[in-house]
Amino acid sequence: MNVQLQPSFSIEALRSGDRDEFTRLVDAYSGPIYGLGLRMLRREQDAEDVLQNTFVKVLQNIRGFEERSSLSTWIYRIAANEALMMLRKMRPEVNLDDQGADGDEDFMPVQFVDWGALPEETLESGEAKVHLERAIEALPESLRVVFILRDLEGLSIKETSEALNLTETNVKTRLLRARLNLREKLSVYFGEQYFKGVEK
Amino acid sequence: MTDHTHNTLTCDQLLGMLTDYLDGQSRDEICHEIEAHISGCNNCRVVVDTTRRTISLVHACNDKPLSIPEDVRERLFQRLNLDDHSALKSNPS
Repeated sequence: MNVQLQPSFSIEALRSGDRDEFTRLVDAYSGPIYGLGLRMLRREQDAEDVLQNTFVKVLQNIRGFEERSSLSTWIYRIAANEALMMLRKMRPEVNLDDQGADGDEDFMPVQFVDWGALPEETLESGEAKVHLERAIEALPESLRVVFILRDLEGLSIKETSEALNLTETNVKTRLLRARLNLREKLSVYFGEQYFKGVEK
Repeated sequence: MTDHTHNTLTCDQLLGMLTDYLDGQSRDEICHEIEAHISGCNNCRVVVDTTRRTISLVHACNDKPLSIPEDVRERLFQRLNLDDHSALKSNPS
């Protein structure tokens, strides 16, 4: 969901237990939350657990929601915590606090193929989309969660930092590393198309 | 990318400013510094252009809202005791 397009909800109605309003909320956010779970955990059953646990907690805690952040950010915060908690249980060796690289060298650009001007039909082909999805899936978890909230769900840097309890500087660093990581992988993939075009 | 300077900005410094620049959050003077740098540094120009393109491809691939499978929605509504509301609004597909 692009949060710029999110529908508005009556917090008062939600707090007072209005089931129609809660149904509307669930329908508006279930797609993005399921998608977040799927992209973080990669298994449908785990994504469903994230989805259910998130809305159970929203339902349990909506009366105590203090509106320090937007409702949307609060829901994403619950969902991200659920997904990260499940990841920690499944793979305790994963360090979710690092920034996805041991040092700056690891994310320095090394591919300089100028593929940006390739035709749209090449850039947005089905094969390219599959390649991009795989590259997103392969991002380290600590970068992937930031990338999903900021670039896929459209949260602002501030909202992403609130949802993940990170500083804005940390969010920007992780986002840069995620974007550069994807750029490197797309550069390898599109580089082949680029050089085919040059050879013709 | 080698860390050489063009005008006053180094390639490393440019990379550190890239998130704000691509998100349209940089001050005008920073934008001018970045643009002056990439006009004389081909590698940085390629990195800026292809990172921008990467983000636009991500958005293009994500333009349709993800809908959850109907059975997943049914189980969610059961868990939330909203079974009687599950028919209120069909899941957008």
